[in-house]
Amino acid sequence: MVDPRVSVINERLSRISRIVAVSSGKGGVGKSMVATTLALTLAKKGCRVGLFDLDFTSPSTHIILGAEKIQPKEEKGIIPPTVHGLEYMSLIYFVGDQPAPLRGADVSNALIELLAVTQWGSLDFLVIDMPPGIGDAVLDLVRLVKRIEFLIVTTPSLLAFETVKKQVELLCELKMPIIGVVENMKMTKAKGIEAATEKLGLRFLGEVAFDEGVEDAIGDVEKLLATAIGKKIQLIVDSVVLAEKREPRCLVER
Amino acid sequence: MHEWALAEAIIATAKQIAQKEKLKEVTEVTIKVGELQQVEHSILRFAISELKSEIFKNAKFRILKAKTTLKCRVCGNTWQFKKEKLDRDTAEAIHFVPEAAHTFIKCPNCGSPDFEIVVGRGVWLETLKGVK
Ligand SMILES: Nc1ncnc2c1ncn2[C@@H]1O[C@H](COP(=O)(O)OP(=O)(O)O)[C@@H](O)[C@H]1O
Ligand SMILES: [Mg+2]
Ligand SMILES: [Zn+2]
Repeated sequence: MVDPRVSVINERLSRISRIVAVSSGKGGVGKSMVATTLALTLAKKGCRVGLFDLDFTSPSTHIILGAEKIQPKEEKGIIPPTVHGLEYMSLIYFVGDQPAPLRGADVSNALIELLAVTQWGSLDFLVIDMPPGIGDAVLDLVRLVKRIEFLIVTTPSLLAFETVKKQVELLCELKMPIIGVVENMKMTKAKGIEAATEKLGLRFLGEVAFDEGVEDAIGDVEKLLATAIGKKIQLIVDSVVLAEKREPRCLVER
Repeated sequence: MHEWALAEAIIATAKQIAQKEKLKEVTEVTIKVGELQQVEHSILRFAISELKSEIFKNAKFRILKAKTTLKCRVCGNTWQFKKEKLDRDTAEAIHFVPEAAHTFIKCPNCGSPDFEIVVGRGVWLETLKGVK
């Protein structure tokens, strides 16, 4: 009894230059906000970008994008619809706004199914919005996709950073590249997270202030790009994400 | 036509197995299709015939239906999945991602969505025969 799906996953992802998973040990730190903003920012720079919401039990990116009444097309697989310039994939196409109570093995199965049947076009970037922690989604991506770069989000709280430390330790053990750490929802001038990040040997990508305008920007991507998150991600994209690593610029021809 | 994506996966996997077993030719591949995913056998068969490479030239592809058994984790009730009980949109959602079943199907005994798909979830390769 052999599961055939795993064998085509890398073929499905073969025309994607870089895969970036936005991740954290904790929930509520701003992963979905950062992932969505990162994808939108890269698209604005002329890159071809996909956004994949892998937080199956608590998906949020469709709300941040204000994406309504969209469905994928069925053609030798599933073709994600384009939302604000992003090839956008989420479990919400199949479960709507109803709860999807999934156990670990179900999360794995749904993840493998979507990776096996989604026909991404040629992309410069696939941004993945991860569920919190180091559970099924992280382990499956590392196992099945392998070439992923992680961008880690924390808050200034020790409680968030302690979970990030565990995640970093795991990712280092698994030899996964980490782009760096973003400190989100900053309200003081404390430099503790920056110092602790550097102590882990990771790049501190910068701090994003707590911005009261963020709530109002949910569902409005132009507003989102004008928030503290939008501005900082733009700097990170210019100075780090597009500036170095395997491909210095968007390579895929339009 | 998401059957094509599955057919591609079946061919790729069968080829990997044949290579590992050092087969010169594959003579028979048995594929099981769980009822839950409601894969169209005729489309799957057509897609396989279009996608198959040289090594499968004379291979017989047997596509067998497998009943889907669900078991409630709360009350222990076991029951069989019946497509006829679903409306079109629900059936289609489960067709693409069988885990959507946890959103739409409840235990007929206690109403819980916390059930296990014991057997018959997706599509799998049961056996492969060939000549060395
Ligand atoms: N920099 C920020 N300023 C203000 N609110 C923020 C900021 N970043 C995130 N938020 C809010 O914090 C909450 C959690 O963000 P979210 O992206 O859903 O986190 P996660 O995906 O990590 O669970 C959301 O309500 C979001 O609007
Ligand atoms: Mg989130
Ligand atoms: Zn029950």
